[in-house]
Amino acid sequence: MARYLLKRLLSLVVSLLAASLVIFAVIEVIPGDPAAFMLGMNAAPDTVEALRDALGLNVSLPMRYLGWLGGMLTGDFGISYTYKVPVADLVADRLLISLPLAGLALLLSTAVAMPIGLLAAARRGRPADYMVMGGTQLGIAVPNFWFAMLLVLAFALHWRVFPAGGFPGWGDPLAALRALTLPAVALALPQAAILARVLRSALIETLGQDYIRTARAKGLSGAQALTRHALRNAMIPVLTILGMQFSFLLAGAIIIENVFYIPGLGRLIFQAITQRDLIVVESVVMILVFAVILVTFLTDIAYAAVDPRLRVRG
Amino acid sequence: MKPGLAIGGVLAGVALIAALVSLVWTPYDVTVLTIAEKLQPPSAAHWLGTDHFGRDIAAMLMVGARTSLAVALVAVGIGMGLGVPLGLLAAARPGWADELTMRGNDLIFAFPSLVIAILITAVFGPSAINAIIAIGIFNIPVFARVTRGGAMSLWTLDYIRAAQVAGKGRARISAEHILPNIANLLIVQGTIQFSLGILAEAGLSYVGLGAQPPLPSWGRMLADAQTMVTLAPHVAIVPGLAIVATVLGLNLLGDGLRDALDPRLRRAR
Repeated sequence: MARYLLKRLLSLVVSLLAASLVIFAVIEVIPGDPAAFMLGMNAAPDTVEALRDALGLNVSLPMRYLGWLGGMLTGDFGISYTYKVPVADLVADRLLISLPLAGLALLLSTAVAMPIGLLAAARRGRPADYMVMGGTQLGIAVPNFWFAMLLVLAFALHWRVFPAGGFPGWGDPLAALRALTLPAVALALPQAAILARVLRSALIETLGQDYIRTARAKGLSGAQALTRHALRNAMIPVLTILGMQFSFLLAGAIIIENVFYIPGLGRLIFQAITQRDLIVVESVVMILVFAVILVTFLTDIAYAAVDPRLRVRG
Repeated sequence: MKPGLAIGGVLAGVALIAALVSLVWTPYDVTVLTIAEKLQPPSAAHWLGTDHFGRDIAAMLMVGARTSLAVALVAVGIGMGLGVPLGLLAAARPGWADELTMRGNDLIFAFPSLVIAILITAVFGPSAINAIIAIGIFNIPVFARVTRGGAMSLWTLDYIRAAQVAGKGRARISAEHILPNIANLLIVQGTIQFSLGILAEAGLSYVGLGAQPPLPSWGRMLADAQTMVTLAPHVAIVPGLAIVATVLGLNLLGDGLRDALDPRLRRAR
């Protein structure tokens, strides 16, 4: 297990370095002169020169890359050009909204998908199964931001149960959760549909195995064999999907925030794009990619915990 | 024929026909703004009503279908065009080529298409082309994986060994024997990525990273509708339904094709 962990850890570091190189190349090398790009066409030459100085652009490219990397390791992401405050502070505030939103959606999607997937697998080929399969097929086809608009129309404007948008801050946790409920539901349901289908087909596959027949033969009921033996073995594909869903949820959160006017990472990055604030774009993208790579790493570790065979094979 | 395949074919076919017809005819001109007729509910003159500029929503949907389908189709083309050769190479040359391709894949997987779109847009500005590139890049590792997986299982078979003994090179075997035998897999995956591409395009143009006005697109229509949802709910509901119907149709088509093309699955059911 120790060797397996070490190998995964090494590939985590390599992936992060490779990703940071790609991001650095796109943001700081392709535009030519980032300072001129950020200031636009009509900037005076000495303004551009001042910004070049402030951004540290007068240093060689490799040194700039290393400086950026070293800064991130110490929590220094640079100063936002438009907000004039450290990017780390900006991002930290927004992450406190976007991450709980994605996490809430992940919880919700798992909580909905598990019973539905189990039900469909247990009632395979029967009406309940067909209903689940039809319903999830529809769920997959619904764009989450459109679903969010429908939720606002129904639960915020018509029945007024939840706020239509905005975020009151975590000072009042209940109000904050209320504000995040509709966005989380909108994010979670399409993902739950995918998860339920994966769980169903993984369960059906394991239900055909010999050890299930043995379990039934020694007197377990169908439901017992399903929950005690089949479910555990069906977890591998489910974990894969859960890991992938996190990145979809994070990306989805960025889009959904626009529907609800929630001041999260999404609002920050889209404003940064229109204002050509490359420093903010670079940092936020790096944080998003970091999150995705980290979750992939954790999924790999979780596999090994669930399936001892993977630990040996490495 | 399974009902799913037929329903999927009809739904996807309607979107395709709407897109093609819009090239030569639309019920109204989508570039003409008639503010006096704005936000009208569905009527005999405007079957699906009008938007905030008085444009006919049915006509907008038809032109929007063109944008969505074109973006998703070209993105699938990029993914297949680069991903399939990479997957074939990885399977034909286990070792460094395989390792390198797969690590490259993992790297791209760390960049969701939204993040790629953000990166490209930050430097080059928003456009439908950027959406195509972002979704296309995301498709590359998907096709590389499917191709590699399918090809690897074929490389162990006797007739491939026979071809090697007969003196065919790895590239030729990949092209002449492997590719035709994994075409089924690729068609099914292509359908899935096509439907995912339509969803992704809608999301990107909704947040302003995709097609720019005046080019109508489904995501853009929803973004415009958002502020008017209380005044005229139909402007928000109709484009969403178009997306759902098209994506649902393509998914059903993909599932149906998989069942029809893969005899092993048919027996398993």
